[in-house]
Formats: sequence, structure tokens, C-alpha cells
Amino acid sequence: MKVLAIDTSNQPMSIALVEDDTLKATTTLNTVLNHSIYVLPTIDNLFKRVGWEPQDIDRVVVAKGPGSYTGIRIAVTTAKTLAMTLKKELVGVSSLQVLASNLPPVADQLIVPFMDARRGNVFAGIYQYDGDQQLQSVVKDQHLAFAELLQLIEQQGKAAVLVGKMTKRIQRQGLTLPDQVELLPASYAFPSTYRLALMGEKLAPVKQIDNFVPDYLRLTQAERDWQKQHPGAKPQNYVEEV
Amino acid sequence: MTEDKLILAFESSCDETSVAVIKNGTEILSNIVATQIASHQRFGGVVPEVASRHHIEWVTRCIHEALDEAQVSYDDLAGVAVTYGPGLVGSLLIGVTAAKTVAWAHHLPLIPVNHMAGHIYAARFVGDFVFPQMALLVSGGHTELVYMPKEHEYQIIGETRDDAAGEAYDKIGRVMGVNYPAGKTVDEWAHQGKDTFHFPRAMENEDNLDFSFSGLKSAFINTCHNADQRGEKLNKNDLAASFQQSVVDVLAEKTMTALDQYSVKQLILAGGVAANHGLRDRLNHDMARYYPQVKMLQAPLKYCGDNAAMIGAAGYINYLHGDRAGLDLNAVPGLSFPRLTPVEE
Ligand SMILES: [Zn+2]
Repeated sequence: MKVLAIDTSNQPMSIALVEDDTLKATTTLNTVLNHSIYVLPTIDNLFKRVGWEPQDIDRVVVAKGPGSYTGIRIAVTTAKTLAMTLKKELVGVSSLQVLASNLPPVADQLIVPFMDARRGNVFAGIYQYDGDQQLQSVVKDQHLAFAELLQLIEQQGKAAVLVGKMTKRIQRQGLTLPDQVELLPASYAFPSTYRLALMGEKLAPVKQIDNFVPDYLRLTQAERDWQKQHPGAKPQNYVEEV
Repeated sequence: MTEDKLILAFESSCDETSVAVIKNGTEILSNIVATQIASHQRFGGVVPEVASRHHIEWVTRCIHEALDEAQVSYDDLAGVAVTYGPGLVGSLLIGVTAAKTVAWAHHLPLIPVNHMAGHIYAARFVGDFVFPQMALLVSGGHTELVYMPKEHEYQIIGETRDDAAGEAYDKIGRVMGVNYPAGKTVDEWAHQGKDTFHFPRAMENEDNLDFSFSGLKSAFINTCHNADQRGEKLNKNDLAASFQQSVVDVLAEKTMTALDQYSVKQLILAGGVAANHGLRDRLNHDMARYYPQVKMLQAPLKYCGDNAAMIGAAGYINYLHGDRAGLDLNAVPGLSFPRLTPVEE
């Protein structure tokens, strides 16, 4: 299986071409402020290096969030458009799970990827490797206060490692990590699109590519305010073809 | 007989996701438009983050529907055109990213299009363009006079110094309890009322071609507030008529001044506010009276709002002139035609 994997969830932009279990080529840039400029030129360059045509791929695997709203939209728009236009398979993987996959399989250890979501909040999930050395979600990805996350980990009653970029904003809260929780060095907090592709190869492709959207894990401020003012309002189609 | 050129065009600069297939720059084979108005009406105006989220929900659907309806495949296309500005950056990025991806996947040339050129080319669906020409572009985000000495050359000779005309409609609409976008309702009310309030006409008598609507907006809001304080109820039709008369007077008179200064063969009326009946009627009247030899092309009502068909029409011209973008094309939210500075006499 030939796979293109894309992750632009945060500052790093990472693209990989993977065939079965072999990495053919990958590029990670961590100096990019504007993913829109670099994603397709990087994809184009990697395809040329490897000698693939766009049509050659079988599957596009994308880190679907959470992360920077603009970042996950660039990756997801590229991935869903490519899969649709070439009639290929599309797989979305949690951007937090991509970070968790930086750790080797260790039995009975919880892996807690997190990303700064501002104002003392993080996007985080709790993962663990199963007997087949596959990452499984133990507590679903969510948007929560960093303090809440630490409580959530303690409730699990197991040793856990935190994987993520410890920003000054989070540090400023002065929270101490519980005893059985260890923060890994920042070098573990870079996404590997090679492992993203490997995880994506094993998952079932999305059924309706048109309906595929990023996992923001958060409504927009405007929608949250609106919901407060309109309790019990039923979700409806707000977009219509004219 | 030359070969037909089909352009797949993308538009996502504000709150419409649209993809179209245009043949030879003039024939609309398909034009899929998904509008988010109902969503943003919850908030009284376009919320950029919400808009971006809707665009990503709709973009691929619009692509395959546009191709299906036009009954063409990627092999039939000559190029992919896309709006890359002006507009909301998060909205623009979805169309730009999708268009680049389609162009790359199918080895098609990528054609960058200025959204405002798109609005002008909506008028191309009703007649041939003859140069030199002038365009009055009026929309929610822009109000400008554009001089085109020849095809593919655009120069701003006058623009708004504050609010765009459409923006002013939305703001006074809010005061009268009309939800965004207010233009259509205010236009309807205006037709049932009279200009009894005589709001100011900004910069009517100046020689320059720039517009301003903030003074009018303030006068309108003050009138309403003062009446409120006196417990007086003003006639909404007369308010709408007075406001619209002032906007239309300014737009029409500036346009006539521009025509005095620039000799053109055609006047184009385009942009979302170009659907306004008061403005259309007034320009028809003024043109027949002062410039009967200048032909006016008004963008069809159906294509005054944002749509990809107009982007395909403008994109075709860019295509002929060799405009090509690389895969590093980015959204340019503040994109603008060059401003032509008037020559001092
Ligand atoms: Zn527009």
C-alpha cells in the first residue's frame, strides 16, 4: 500500500511517503509559520524524489486534529480534496495519537499527549498500547484545563508519561505533576508522519469523504455564546446550496 | 474552430463555497454555490472561524457536483482558477488549498484570480466587453471605481474611505432590526417610502472619486436614537428610502464624475450591492441622460453575489494572458488592484 501522510496540526509541518511498512521519504519543517505555502510544494518534491505520480497512491492519511485551527484545516483540506479528486482512500488519525506514537510499546504505561490550547487549557487524550502493540484510546481526546488533566491521570491509578510541548503558559500555572506522572523531553513532542502512515494503514477508511472535517474539539466562541442564549436549540443545516 | 477551454473555478473568500465549470470564459456549464448565510444570521454577521469551518464541510462536495453537472472530467479541463484575495484569510485558504490540490493531482495549470476581477466578469455573462471600460463595484466588503484601459488591466480610480456600501446597509439594517444581509429588505422598504430625512451625501461635491458612508451611517443612527428618546416612531419605509437615496446619489454622481474624467466605451455594474434596484434604476436613468453612447452592462442578479462562475470568467482572461501560480500560492486577504493616482493639473 502506498500512503501519503500529512500532519500540520501545530508549528511542525510533516509529510511522509510510506509504502507498506517502509518509509520512502519524509520532510519535517519546524520553521514554518504558514503551512499553506509549504504543504503542496513539499508533497510535490517528495513525489518527484520517490518517482511517484499523484495517481499512484492508495491512501491519504491525515492528522485530523486537535491543534491549530488553521493548521488542521490545511492538512484536512489537502487530504480530503486529494482523496476525493483521485478517488483514493482517506484515513484520519488523532493528532494527539500521532504524538503518543512517539513512544515505544511499554505494557501498563499510560501515554498522555497534550497540546497547549491557551488560557491554562490543553487538548489532551490518554492512550495505552494493547497486547498487539497498537495504541488504544483510554480516555478520549478533549479540551480541558491542565489541572483537570492531571486529576484525570491520577484517577487512572497508573504510571503515565506526558508527551507534549510544555509551554510557559502551562508552566505559569505552577502545578506540580503527581508522583507517577513524568514529563518527557520536548524532543518527543514532534509528530512523525512515518508512524502516522503506519497507524493509518491499519484503520478503515472514512466512508463519506465529503463529510470529513477536522476534530477541533471545541466549538467557536460565537457558537458557544449562541448556544448559551438558545438552550435546547436543535442542530440544523446552516449551509444550503442555492 | 479553436478548441474549447474549460476552467474549473473556486471561490471561498467570504461565506459562500462555490465551484464552477466555465467554457471559454463565457458559458456556465455548472455553478455550485453553498451559502452559509443562515449560519451567520445567528450572529448578526459573518464570523470568520465559523465560515472557515463551513467551507471545509462543503468544498469537495462542490467540486464533484460542479464536474457532474457540467458532465466533464479532469481530462477536459484547461486549468484551475481560484480566488486568492481579497477576503477572509481562513475562508480563502480552503479554496486556495483545494484548488492547488486538484491542480497538482491532475497536472493542471493553476490560475490566480482577484475576487474583484471576478465580480467585474460576472457582467461578461450578459455581453461582450469593450475597452476602455469602467466598473462600479459595490459589495459588502468593497466599493470602488475601477478603470480598465484594456483587457487584463485594472486600476482603482476611486474607493471608499471607510465603510463599504454593503457594510453600511448591514449596519443601518441592524438599527432597524433587519438581520444581515440587510440590503434586500432595505431596498424593498425603500421602494415603499420617500426621502423625507435628507441625510448627508458625502463628498458629492469634491473632485475626487472616493466614497464615504460613515457620515451617512452616523446621521442615520442619530436620527433613530433621537426619535427613540422622544418616544417617536419613525416610518421605516421613509428611513430606508432616505438612506438608500443618499447611497445611490453618491454612487451615481461619483460614477458620472468618473465618466467625465475617463473616456470609456462601457460601464460595468457589479458586486453584491449591484443587485439593488434603486441603484440599477438610477444608473439606467443617468446613463441614458448623460452618457447614452456608453453601453452599460449590469451583472445579472443571479451572479451579483459571490460565486465561482464569475471567477472562472475572470480566470479565463488570466489564463489567456499567461497568469500562473505555483503550488506555494497563498491567500492574500488584502489583495487590491493598483491605485491610479490622479495626475495633477
Ligand atoms: Zn464579493
